[in-house]
Amino acid sequence: MKVRLVDIAHARSGDKGDTANVGVIALKGEWYPLLAESLTRARVAEHFAGVITGDVERFELPNLHALNFLLHGALDGGGTLSLKTDAQGKVFSTAMLRMVLDVDDARARALGLPAARTA
Amino acid sequence: MTGSRVQDRIVRVASGQGFWGDWLEAPRRQVEGGPIDYLMLDYLAEVTMSILQKQKERDPALGYARDFIGAMESVLPAVVGRGVRVVANAGGVNPVGCARAVLELARSRGAGLKVGVVTGDDLLPRLDELLASGHPLVNMDTGAPLSDVRDRVLAANAYIGSTPIVEALARGAQVVVTGRSTDTALTMAPLRHEFRWGATDWDRLAAGIIAGHIIECGAQCSGGNCLVDWRDVPDLANVGYPIVEARADGTFVITKHPGTGGRITVPSVTEQLVYEMGDPHSYITPDVVADFTSIRLAPDGENRVRVFGITGRPATDKLKVSIAYRAGFKAVGSLVYAWPDALEKAQRADQVLRRRLDDLGLRFDEMLTEYVGVSATHGPLAGPAGDVPEVQWRIGVRSSDRASVDRFTREIAPLVLNGPPSVTGFAGGRPKVEEIVAFWPALVDKSVVQTSVEILA
Repeated sequence: MKVRLVDIAHARSGDKGDTANVGVIALKGEWYPLLAESLTRARVAEHFAGVITGDVERFELPNLHALNFLLHGALDGGGTLSLKTDAQGKVFSTAMLRMVLDVDDARARALGLPAARTA
Repeated sequence: MTGSRVQDRIVRVASGQGFWGDWLEAPRRQVEGGPIDYLMLDYLAEVTMSILQKQKERDPALGYARDFIGAMESVLPAVVGRGVRVVANAGGVNPVGCARAVLELARSRGAGLKVGVVTGDDLLPRLDELLASGHPLVNMDTGAPLSDVRDRVLAANAYIGSTPIVEALARGAQVVVTGRSTDTALTMAPLRHEFRWGATDWDRLAAGIIAGHIIECGAQCSGGNCLVDWRDVPDLANVGYPIVEARADGTFVITKHPGTGGRITVPSVTEQLVYEMGDPHSYITPDVVADFTSIRLAPDGENRVRVFGITGRPATDKLKVSIAYRAGFKAVGSLVYAWPDALEKAQRADQVLRRRLDDLGLRFDEMLTEYVGVSATHGPLAGPAGDVPEVQWRIGVRSSDRASVDRFTREIAPLVLNGPPSVTGFAGGRPKVEEIVAFWPALVDKSVVQTSVEILA
């Protein structure tokens, strides 16, 4: 089943130099393990391919049902150097939430995940 | 028993300003809305220090966040009459000047006031001495030595911790003004002072730092900029700024005054916790290394979240230094193209402009085009635009050569008559050339930074 990340998580992002950080938080605690499995470093790097120029770092915060990602080379130099509208990476949060996950049907039902509306 | 009374005692630190430019009403609302012990006002972002340094160069009496004087005016009755104490990093690059202005305000209202001033964070006058004595101040991100940009440096400030603020409070300051203190120290210092936490009481110091992190951006933890159920966040017009209710054991509750808008829930606090986070195991401050993976949150009634379980580790022997330097010039121009074929028209304008800049022989270090309404914030992730009603074409350039950037600003308006059709949105006039002040993050040995505290009355 296709599940939109925006339906199962919320997020906030910010900057540090040319790096954007994106914190992704499960809307329900029981959905956190699925997030932790699905949002690998590689998956997130693939999602932001062509948007960032550097690596992705990933940290787990099971206590907050959250993951933290550092997206390097995300901000056109960052801070005052950047020419971007989003020079401080404030809306990388919702860019992350555009991700769509493939979840096994039985597991999705067991977790009560909302199905993505078909495009 | 005295012991149990200490454990039961609650100290309230209220956030009244999350950055220079935050809501002017917030400080007054925090002191009038209910009981608080401390008002914490955070004014300094990296870019702020260089703006203040430029102001001080023009007038040596300036160089601090002048909004703070207005804030002090609105809270002075509570400070003088009810004993609310204020801790603010409004001093910028002139904490003494800032403190004098606060005292002058108090005097004009017929009030006596003890103002503590923390200095020592300003390394600009010592920069060459530091470089000469084996502190290369290499860029933490790039590894380059500061000598690369030394002649363009505008400001250099060490991020200092809670210790001098604690000292000012212990010496009876009703208002403490600092320069480049860490944002989190402004909240932690009052707790450390009130509860007599030791300088190596790592878990409790970390708790104070995390309390500070939660409230340092003002309403961003109490319903502002909150994505979870954002439509249902009540009464943002009347949003309540956050308050820490702390106990001696390092546990605390995040709440806000009754009758205010916004919302404090586990999700709203969690969003703020992950804001600007690096490695959550090691949130490094001058006072302690806090571990965000230890934080536990629990609902504690309406608009109350309990925070507990926090652990910390010994601080490092370094301080972060933020160095501001001149880094060339930039300008951003924009026009709006309307349906039909809005995006295609905007793309054509971009081609025309780039060709003209090329024909003029202008070269830029960076040139960036965005189509607002289509892909400016999410880039290719946004997918195809479709038949949008309008698009804002936005183009920016950056160069070390001011004249090139200036010439660019004169090439936007002509496109209204000599470029693609259905164009508007040029009422703002020619784009402005802006001098870029960039930041050079570095580390310095703690031992070379000596802070001092002065009490003015």
